[in-house]
Amino acid sequence: MTYSTEDMARRAAKEIPAGSIVNLGIGLPTQVADYLPEGHAWLHSENGLLGTGPFPFEGDEDPNLINAGKQTVTILPGGSTFDSASSFAMIRGGHVDLAILGAMQVSAGGDLANWAVPGGKVMGIGGAMDLASGCRRVIAMMQHVTKKSEHKLVQRCDYPLTATRVVSLVITDLGVFEPTGHGFRVIELAPGVTREDAERATGAPLT
Amino acid sequence: MNGKHDNKVQASIADALAPLRDGMTIMVGGFGLSGNPEALIRGVVERGIRDLTLVSNNAGNLGKGLATWLKAGIIKKVICSYIGANEDLHTRMASGEVQVEITPQGTLAERMRAAGAGIPAFFTPTGVGTVVEDGKEVREIDGRRYILERALAGDVALVRAERSDHFGNLRFWRTGRNFNPVMATAARLTIVECDQLVDNGAIPPDDVHLPGIYVHKIVHVREHENAFEYRTVRKR
Repeated sequence: MTYSTEDMARRAAKEIPAGSIVNLGIGLPTQVADYLPEGHAWLHSENGLLGTGPFPFEGDEDPNLINAGKQTVTILPGGSTFDSASSFAMIRGGHVDLAILGAMQVSAGGDLANWAVPGGKVMGIGGAMDLASGCRRVIAMMQHVTKKSEHKLVQRCDYPLTATRVVSLVITDLGVFEPTGHGFRVIELAPGVTREDAERATGAPLT
Repeated sequence: MNGKHDNKVQASIADALAPLRDGMTIMVGGFGLSGNPEALIRGVVERGIRDLTLVSNNAGNLGKGLATWLKAGIIKKVICSYIGANEDLHTRMASGEVQVEITPQGTLAERMRAAGAGIPAFFTPTGVGTVVEDGKEVREIDGRRYILERALAGDVALVRAERSDHFGNLRFWRTGRNFNPVMATAARLTIVECDQLVDNGAIPPDDVHLPGIYVHKIVHVREHENAFEYRTVRKR
């Protein structure tokens, strides 16, 4: 057994302190919102929204009220909207407590690569570099290995970097891991996943 | 009075876009397809200018918005932060028809903010240790490394506002605000497309999102498509 994406999202939600300001990256991290108690934290969307609410009820959707993944959303009471320069000032200025971001590779030293595959289509940087270097804490969320079973938790990233020494925790389908500089400390393993399974799937020593 | 802040309201999109020329750097507000100055975007294609440098977060998507400029072949360079699913840009970038400069989104916004505020360059932590720092000055300040990024000014900004008064004081709607105000400050000529045009005084001074000092031309456009990119809803 490994963690499903729902299990991973539920586990990531536990890392969010009550009342904190959190930015959830596009894709898998966006699902973390589904496991947060109502009013638990303030969700920041870098396109200019603090206090992001759930998807709107059918018929209430507004194309000019979206999250950074360009999905239609709502604003919770107490929420606010602002321009892009202000939004990234919040991020760069250290006012956002936590970013939970998707990742392609994370190194033992906490380097994050999540914006480009060598030789692949360039999707662009978007807000990834600002979030990774500006938010007070960064958690990476990803499948433990690629579809071709290549390591994604590695000694050194060979994909283009997003930011260096920023990731404090990695949540994968195999468990929860902390970059230590030399390897990854095992915080927990998914039910049925052995230490040997995790070691085989990781490109750096587990401690 | 007949100063530069008089008679900003234009009779038509064509009138508003008359000063545009080939080769200009044009900043266009919007985050994907939200907050787009739709009529001005269409008007630029109709005007037939070309060799444009486009500054935009995404340069359109799903074949809509600024993707129509790519399809019309009027862009030579795009400065953006994200391409994503924008196939019109992917294909032209791959063929070399369009040069693409990808900038972190916050750096893109701040470069324009700096230009509008008279700051020629600034140090930022974003992109340190990545390809973004290639060819740029990196300096250590108080023990942390920063990249020197240059201000980014435009010839023209095309901006979408929910409402404007006759002086060009603007209000935006929800996340349609995005890059619109900061682009308005960074361009020599700012043209606003507003959903509603109201009398001076109708927007209380404390409720103005962008003061009209940054606005030069205003066009009132009542109808907008406001296309959805990803329409996500829940059942009642």
